[in-house]
Amino acid sequence: MKLHADVGDRKLRAVLKEFQGPIYQRPPLRSAVKRVVRVRRIYKIDLLEREGRYVLLRIWCEAGTYIRKLCHDIGEVLGVGAHMYELRRIRAGSLSERVNASTLQDIIDSYVLWKEHGIEDYIRKVILPMEIAIEHVPKVVIRDSAVDAICHGAPLAVPGILHVETGIKVNDIVAILTQKGELVAIGKARMRSEEMVSSRKGIAVKTMQVFMSPGTYPSLWKRKQ
Amino acid sequence: MRKREILIRAEEETDPRYGKPPSERSIEELLETGVINLDKPVGPSSHEVTAWIKKILPVKKIAHAGTLEPSTRGVGLS
Repeated sequence: MKLHADVGDRKLRAVLKEFQGPIYQRPPLRSAVKRVVRVRRIYKIDLLEREGRYVLLRIWCEAGTYIRKLCHDIGEVLGVGAHMYELRRIRAGSLSERVNASTLQDIIDSYVLWKEHGIEDYIRKVILPMEIAIEHVPKVVIRDSAVDAICHGAPLAVPGILHVETGIKVNDIVAILTQKGELVAIGKARMRSEEMVSSRKGIAVKTMQVFMSPGTYPSLWKRKQ
Repeated sequence: MRKREILIRAEEETDPRYGKPPSERSIEELLETGVINLDKPVGPSSHEVTAWIKKILPVKKIAHAGTLEPSTRGVGLS
């Protein structure tokens, strides 16, 4: 962030602290989403370094927070104005810059090593199983016999469930997985975790997006003749 | 991240004839369904970089999630 005038350390720290917690943001004019005011949570702001008007921050925030806007607003509250100077996303869910990030050069190199020399190790570090992207999403593990119906878009009924992670509330996004750990689909919970375990029947999850190809598991549900 | 526990509703064996653990997927399968956590260079848009990767890798479909100006984000291949 670059400040437009000089600000003391104490004042800067005090204002940064004010921005932790829920904040209101209207998406900027040029944005991909509808421009209505929405609430985003700022979990934490660390002041890592500063050199005059240049300030290096580490921000833990909710998905969909506009950091450019946040910097602008911090500038407004400071009374001097500020803008975002540079931005780097260091983590999103289980994708982080330290653990599993690849550069464009890594992609080319690993692809050539695999294609021309049959070496798999490098490309396996670049192209990750899609399940890595849903590591932070609560999971429901289902029976083999329930998989193919979900692949055809059917909702998940309670009898098909084996395991459920705790903490799921109605309307939460959940991931439906096989016992082998394969992502079948993403859906919206229709019950809480406890109900998914205690109910005898009913729809537990409404399927939203299917990731597994139909036919991967056998279809065992009753077909109309 | 919050620690979640697992509630057991029922136990059952999975049939090894169908499906396979994600770690056992072939490179060809990963090219169809995998994701890349891309350290995007500063300058080009997420959209442009996605198009470049489509030229590098033999993939039919590609998309990106989490648009940012000069930063990191994941690219999905599907």
